[in-house]
Amino acid sequence: MAKLLISFLAGILFGLGLAVSEMVNPARVIGFLDIAGHWDPTLGFVMAGALAVTAPAFGIILRRRRPLLAAEFYLPVKRDIDPRLIGGAALFGIGWGLGGLCPGPALASLASGSPVILIFVLAMIAGQWLAGRIAD
Amino acid sequence: MTEANIIGGLLGGALIGLAAAALLWLNGRIAGVSGILGGIFGPIGGAERSWRVAFVAGLIAGAGIYSLLAGGLTIAFQSGTPTLIFAGLLVGIGTRLGSGCTSGHGVCGLARRSPRSLAATLTFMAFGALTVFLLRHAKFSLF
Repeated sequence: MAKLLISFLAGILFGLGLAVSEMVNPARVIGFLDIAGHWDPTLGFVMAGALAVTAPAFGIILRRRRPLLAAEFYLPVKRDIDPRLIGGAALFGIGWGLGGLCPGPALASLASGSPVILIFVLAMIAGQWLAGRIAD
Repeated sequence: MTEANIIGGLLGGALIGLAAAALLWLNGRIAGVSGILGGIFGPIGGAERSWRVAFVAGLIAGAGIYSLLAGGLTIAFQSGTPTLIFAGLLVGIGTRLGSGCTSGHGVCGLARRSPRSLAATLTFMAFGALTVFLLRHAKFSLF
């Protein structure tokens, strides 16, 4: 129960962060990716702000034997940089450049009630399902 | 809109970082949204699904709280709905195959000093920029 509450609260913080930073706005995201145009560095500052917290924090946290409320750290096990990683990242990058939305902001934006956001989210879920079928 | 939002960016980013740190420290989980979303629909048990649903509910609630305080969320789409559907599919396929997105690889992976996440982040940033360049400056049209 505590873990559920923590997940919910962490989600709230995350969603607040996405909204405050305007990462829910495709214009901001595409503005950052538009390096040849009127460049908007906002996303860079978001990454900087996030990493300023996580880079030192993760280092300290991961020195622990286990998390505070769980039995273990659930970390990725894959180590090698393989074609699936790069290919997947490339496809994600293209989709991100096309729409200016990635999973976090898209989900958080459901709060706006926008039907277009809902359509995007459904397409995203469908895409994940498709990839799961192809990959496995 | 064209002026950078430096304060909001740094502050919002710090909140995101705080959320990720809290999730890792307390629950031992990586705040990678594509993986969290994917896990909800995957073939996994109830407990694995519940915390993910709770997190996503929090995402929506957090943005909702901000929306109430700020009087709305500004979401200026840069593309039409058909393009967004295609974009959504690509984001879904890409994040599943690539095992992560901006939060998983960019925020968490880099913080973990993961070479995989560095490679992924550089790749999706490059392809994102290339895509925008082709659409905006090479006058490449999709539909």
